[in-house]
Amino acid sequence: MNGEPIIKLENIEITYGNIKVLKGINLDIYDKEFVTLLGPSGCGKTTTLRIIGGFVEPQAGNICFDGKKINGVPPHKRQVNTIFQRYALFPHLNVYENVAFGLKLKKVNSGEIRTRVAEMLELVDLNGFQPRDVNSLSGGQQQRVAIARALINHPRVLLLDEPLGALDLQLRKEMQTELKKIQQRLNITFVYVTHDQEEALTMSDKIVVMNNGEIQQIGVPESIYNEPSNAFVARFIGDSNILDGIMHRDYFIEFGGNYFDCIDGGFEKTERVDVVIRPEDIIIEEPSDKNIIGIVEAVIFKGVHYEMIIDSFGVKWTVHSTSALTVGEAAGMNVSPGNIHIMKKTAETDISRIIINETDGGEIITE
Amino acid sequence: MIFKSRLPAAPYIIWVAVFILVPLFLVFFFAFTDTGGNFTVVNISDVAKFGPVFIRSVLLGLIATAVCLILAYPFAFAMSRMRRGLQKIVMMLIILPMWMNYLLRTYAWMTLLETNGLINRFAGFFGLGPFQMLNTDGAIVLGMVYNYLPFMILPLYTVMIRIDESLIEAAQDLGASFTGVIIKIIAPLSKPGVTSGITMVFVPSVSTFIISRMLGGGANFLIGDLIEQQFLGNAYNPHLGSAISLILMVFILLSMALLNRFDDDETEGMLV
Repeated sequence: MNGEPIIKLENIEITYGNIKVLKGINLDIYDKEFVTLLGPSGCGKTTTLRIIGGFVEPQAGNICFDGKKINGVPPHKRQVNTIFQRYALFPHLNVYENVAFGLKLKKVNSGEIRTRVAEMLELVDLNGFQPRDVNSLSGGQQQRVAIARALINHPRVLLLDEPLGALDLQLRKEMQTELKKIQQRLNITFVYVTHDQEEALTMSDKIVVMNNGEIQQIGVPESIYNEPSNAFVARFIGDSNILDGIMHRDYFIEFGGNYFDCIDGGFEKTERVDVVIRPEDIIIEEPSDKNIIGIVEAVIFKGVHYEMIIDSFGVKWTVHSTSALTVGEAAGMNVSPGNIHIMKKTAETDISRIIINETDGGEIITE
Repeated sequence: MIFKSRLPAAPYIIWVAVFILVPLFLVFFFAFTDTGGNFTVVNISDVAKFGPVFIRSVLLGLIATAVCLILAYPFAFAMSRMRRGLQKIVMMLIILPMWMNYLLRTYAWMTLLETNGLINRFAGFFGLGPFQMLNTDGAIVLGMVYNYLPFMILPLYTVMIRIDESLIEAAQDLGASFTGVIIKIIAPLSKPGVTSGITMVFVPSVSTFIISRMLGGGANFLIGDLIEQQFLGNAYNPHLGSAISLILMVFILLSMALLNRFDDDETEGMLV
């Protein structure tokens, strides 16, 4: 990335009562990046965002902006603006006054305010809405006003706290592309909080997966999806089959009752591991001693593909395929070495430090 | 459709008719008639003689209302930002004095404020006083504030808990300091609470007679005392009493209308 991070979180800790909400968060956010904090509710993602915004003071650790420590700096003195979950538009002010709020506080002259408000409303496709009562707007329009109100202050970083949560699916999709466009047009940093993995994968340059107050994995969407660093990330991002496996030696693993070549190494001999296989990576073959044999239990049509549940000696596999088998049929399942994702068993601790060996290929060992 | 029917309101409508509209009509009738039952405006014009009493009552009422507002506003705001559990306890403490009889509470102030009452005796320990506290305008205002303060706190608190924390955060986020938040967000959004609080304190303060009688001594007349005198006192003249009541009523209605002019937004939960 380009030079120094714009925001740096170092060992941030927060404890409420005896619940550790954040357990030592370390995160670098670079200029012009679209970073998404992704995780289930209660994972600490919103708290992390509020620390950046200045609404929550970390009990331990440092937060730096542009290399300067900003612990204790109140929200109104930070160069960041926030879009709140339920927009938090001021109900006693109209659209114009809401958007102009920040500039009026900065005592910008009224002529300039008027042109900048018009520009901003143009950007969010709401020009002409100036005199409207914010309470009369639809959810999507209120959302746009909130975006304009935050961006008019030219923040270096825009914080977005589940901004699309209250919108219906169609509108959410539209706003996703629109937000991404706005971010690229204005060329500023977005820090986005969501629990929706699809949203995160669509919009982000970098995804930070969080759980239980800890960062599980940081990476570009492709690597988060293709190389989840532990079972939690795998389960949270997309559908996946998570199985117990035994690593017999480098590049050779046993799971699901058979032996497979893989591309990971660096484990102890016969170490027990978690194996993650994406449903779409499973290849259906004729049952044989080279694959995992199971009985098709259910077939569900999903539009682009069929989702099949295949029972293999009590383990239910989820398989996505463009061709359907019939229920009760026997099937063989195979996976190419590159699609077998192997992770150390989660011992809650140094989860995020697991290194996945990305060497291609690997020797072929036959049993 | 029972839910659309007005039938359930019947008991209240009868109540209003018998105990509010009829007496109101009687007040009106008495105010414009003499002892013989003939129409006259003498009663109304006689009210002018009591101009100074009116002015004093309104002045004391205004002071008491202002003091209540100054005390209640920051308190209600702080209360609205407390933990839920704490809010309930504080609410109890505010309502607690109301469980005791109003007269009794005012009597208690008499014993506290007397020349040889508790406060003066305490001050005496330090060689101070005794101060003349009872039978002063200050004592009357104190009595009004003491008795009506909850009626200022409650409507303010009610509007303030409805101000979402995220609005305050959004304002800070956009560059508003603490005072900025108060002026630009809290003040305009709590306006309906301020107007109903003022109404609920000012109206009973202006027309009280017990507080002025007990804490102000007999000498310092307020409108309430004046009216009471015409009906139950030596100056028995229900026609004049009705006229004074009528003028007071018109005055209060006018001031409330004026107050509501300031409250230009359409507001829910307004009184009057």
